[in-house]
Amino acid sequence: MKRNDGSPAAPAWRVPPTAGGAGAGLYVHVPFCRTKCPYCGFYSTPESGNERRWLAALEREAALYRGVFPAFDTLYIGGGTPSLLGAGDVSRLFDTLRGVFVFSAGVEATIEANPDDVDADLLAAWRRLGVTRLSLGVQSFDDAVLRRLRRRHDASTARGAIALAREAGFANLGVDLMYGIEGQTFGSWMRTLETALDHAPEHLSCYELTIDAGTEFGARRAAGTLRGMSETAGRRFLLETSALLRSRGYIHYEVSNFARGAAHVSRHNLAYWRGVPYLGLGPSAHSFGGDERWWNVRPLDAYLGAAEEGRAPVEGRETIGEEERALESLSLGFRTADGVPLATLRRRPDWEAVLDRLVRDSLVSVEGDRAVPTIEGFCVADRIALLFAA
Amino acid sequence: MAQIRNFSIIAHIDHGKSTLADRFIQRAKLVEDREFHDQMLDTMDIERERGITIKSQTVCMPYTSAAGEQYILNLIDTPGHVDFSYEVSRALASCEGVLLLVDATQGVQAQTLANMYAALEHQLAIIPVINKIDSPSADIDHTRVEIETELGLDADDAILCSAKEGTGIDDILEAITLRIPPPAGEPEAPLAALIFDAKYDPFRGAIISFRIFDGTIRAGDDIRLMSLGTSHRVEEVGVFRIDRERRPALRAGEVGYVIAGIKTVSDTRIGDTITHVDRPVAAPLPGFREVKPVVFSSIYPVSSEDFDALADSMERYKLNDASLVYQRDSSAALGQGFRCGFLGLLHLEIFQERLEREFDQSIIMTSPSVEFHFVLKSGETIVVDNPVHYPDPIAIDYALEPYIRATILMPDRYLGAVMKLCLDRRGENPRYGYPVPGRIELLFDLPLSEVVYDFYDKLKSVTQGYGSFDYELLDYRRSELVKLDILVNGERVDALAIVVHADRARMRAVNVCERLRKEIPRHLFKIAIQGAIGGKIVARSTVAPFRKDVTAKCYGGDITRKRKLLEKQAKGKKKMRTVGQVMIPQSAFVAVLKTNEEE
Ligand SMILES: Nc1nc2c(ncn2[C@@H]2O[C@H](COP(=O)(O)OP(=O)(O)OP(=O)(O)O)[C@@H](O)[C@H]2O)c(=O)[nH]1
Ligand code: SF4
Ligand SMILES: [Mg+2]
Repeated sequence: MKRNDGSPAAPAWRVPPTAGGAGAGLYVHVPFCRTKCPYCGFYSTPESGNERRWLAALEREAALYRGVFPAFDTLYIGGGTPSLLGAGDVSRLFDTLRGVFVFSAGVEATIEANPDDVDADLLAAWRRLGVTRLSLGVQSFDDAVLRRLRRRHDASTARGAIALAREAGFANLGVDLMYGIEGQTFGSWMRTLETALDHAPEHLSCYELTIDAGTEFGARRAAGTLRGMSETAGRRFLLETSALLRSRGYIHYEVSNFARGAAHVSRHNLAYWRGVPYLGLGPSAHSFGGDERWWNVRPLDAYLGAAEEGRAPVEGRETIGEEERALESLSLGFRTADGVPLATLRRRPDWEAVLDRLVRDSLVSVEGDRAVPTIEGFCVADRIALLFAA
Repeated sequence: MAQIRNFSIIAHIDHGKSTLADRFIQRAKLVEDREFHDQMLDTMDIERERGITIKSQTVCMPYTSAAGEQYILNLIDTPGHVDFSYEVSRALASCEGVLLLVDATQGVQAQTLANMYAALEHQLAIIPVINKIDSPSADIDHTRVEIETELGLDADDAILCSAKEGTGIDDILEAITLRIPPPAGEPEAPLAALIFDAKYDPFRGAIISFRIFDGTIRAGDDIRLMSLGTSHRVEEVGVFRIDRERRPALRAGEVGYVIAGIKTVSDTRIGDTITHVDRPVAAPLPGFREVKPVVFSSIYPVSSEDFDALADSMERYKLNDASLVYQRDSSAALGQGFRCGFLGLLHLEIFQERLEREFDQSIIMTSPSVEFHFVLKSGETIVVDNPVHYPDPIAIDYALEPYIRATILMPDRYLGAVMKLCLDRRGENPRYGYPVPGRIELLFDLPLSEVVYDFYDKLKSVTQGYGSFDYELLDYRRSELVKLDILVNGERVDALAIVVHADRARMRAVNVCERLRKEIPRHLFKIAIQGAIGGKIVARSTVAPFRKDVTAKCYGGDITRKRKLLEKQAKGKKKMRTVGQVMIPQSAFVAVLKTNEEE
């Protein structure tokens, strides 16, 4: 599959279907973090020293899926903190994956990194291994906000990391940012955005803080000492972010994701939203085989134990029938500029009236045979999906 | 047959009927001591929880008289609450006599009188029993006087009793054998048996309670239900001795049950006559008078696809509650449903609860209404029990609404609050008395329509639970009535409309709009809720739209969870009704029934 780097600029509102890969996606979960961030719901453990065992287990797990998936068009090393792995471990990981699986020619290979972990050597090693895309967990360029999030880096470290990445030759750079943090003003957020824009990243993810029940922030919310953003504020941040980034040449192609042109969308993530199969390796990783979803056990011990015995470390599975597929198409489709095929909306008998109303309220526009959310529609995408869920 | 006695225990509510029945059951040793509990015959959970009898219950018990003669006594314990008076009147049709209980602490009450008249109508022997003589506040002499003056019975015939302590039980049993005549009837004549109750059993079909007037019925007989003419083979006959007890045959004069594999619920009609296929009786028995409901409400399944299940449940329910009147109804907002008539508010409440508990039906119930009379300029009078049928206002000359006499009993410290409540509800003509020191009996003429929603709740709250309330219908009085329409996003919701007095309309409108605002969930657009009288908006509230509702992150690991959430929400949606594009939950229809004057 050819990459679309050279395609003519797509209209701000459309990501051509070809911008995502047609092949499957491969995800690897690196379950290690130096410390646990108070808001993070991903599975990771602060224990170190298990990296080799994890790698070995991953090799065994990968072997179980040899020949099961078509060629992978994207690879995403996420976590956890992949940048904690030494260059040697990453190299071994890549060798393993290349040995077991087939990758298409223009594979998009992303690695997630924390700004305080990267140095020129590591970046160079990643480049040599064929990593094409770097996703940096910057979160903010405001030190006060970074402290609230208990990130280990500060703004200048983040700026330095971006510069190093550019010097190492990363031409596809993603920066992750967050809003909705206590003490963070709208002004602080706008400055963070402007600082990010100074570096002209190819990709920006701008998330409203989600307070997950199982996290430290979740406990604080339950105790009444932390509140999430009001809906009105959340909406304002999202709309203003979108307006600013679009004025600077980015396309807003998913609720929280922006790319400098269709060529720079995260093909791996887009594949999730488009219902493309993917394989997830590592503790807590999820997989989708087209008509089945399954997910791995979370605790590292359980994962290692299973893989070392040669068993698939799978915790649960579910069949995806027509019904499930339709619901997923609704819940994912309205999150992206792709929208949802009108055929999927027909499940609701009065769908036309409902759609008319959405169009009238500027939440959705009809483009060809698809209902596509507007930016305002992104703000309430989950509600729109529910309207058409039977 | 000379040894059979059929009788009912009748009285005002709480005068001790079921407790007296307990004593008889113990005397006859129908249950082991360890299985016995108070109010044995109140078998439904709902009866036990509320401490009242809702259904009549039959028990057949042996008795050996003082003279050493063997008797079969068929007792029917009846409910005392006026809302269940149809149960009483049907029980009476199976009896030759009654025990008329009078609580010595309360004396003769409304239902004492009403039930006595019913017994007289059936020409039954009446044995007055003065109960609760053990109570310190019993006033036996006064009760005797009331029996003479208010009931017109000879007080010397009254038997003194404490159902609680078991005193006077032997006297009562003797009196039953001596003063109540044995049933007449001819066991060899063609079968004529009256169906007075039934219950649906999923395995056996209808279990029919009946009284045989003539003839004999045996298992294996081919019987005909006369009103529809359907025939069935008898599987089992027997009597109720707490549980069903099978008998080879039942004869003229006896009360019992028959099971004939009748699975089609509508085949069984209360009041119908059972006869034999090959030797039918010439004419059916007279059956029962028709019930005349006073409170009306429409019901709809919470989810419209459950209509058929609701329809089935209604049929089965009706089998066991002959006083329910219903017919199919449909609403633009709520689809297919039923318009139901009830004998009163308690009846309505019990119906709703039983339907949910026994039949597992979730329903939406509209505001209870009464029967309004509209006299049109043309001279024609129309009767409206459903706001949907409110006539064109221009054509109305004047309107009439039913009034009740409310009797409220309470400790005297609550008089002020209860007076205010009644006056707020357009009460007229207050009178009061002191039946016992410290307690007040307050009488008020009240429009029934003011009582059919939350009056009782309000009374309970202003008297902290110490107020009791009873009512009887008085008459129809002229009234200024208007129809209050509720519009949701500009669309009239027929099921939310109410007919209300003009002076109270605006306040009701404000109340309803406010309540709906709290009940209707947010949508993607702003929702206007309006109250309108004759096209004029008199109240308004708004439900704000969602501003943001989307999870920030959704990657490979979130898809399953998100889909499951959507499935769950979609299920919740099924519990709502869509009007225009607004989803209205079941709770909203209920909320309209409640008002809050303080708000
Ligand atoms: N002190 C006293 N209390 C009694 C006596 N008989 C009944 N009670 C009490 O009066 C209350 C009502 O008794 P029930 O037997 O349920 O009355 P009921 O007439 O069957 O009531 P409904 O079926 O609801 O009309 C209960 O709390 C009984 O315990 C009695 O002889 N003496
Ligand atoms: S936010 Fe990133 S670094 Fe922090 S705990 Fe989660 S995965 Fe680890
Ligand atoms: Mg009782």
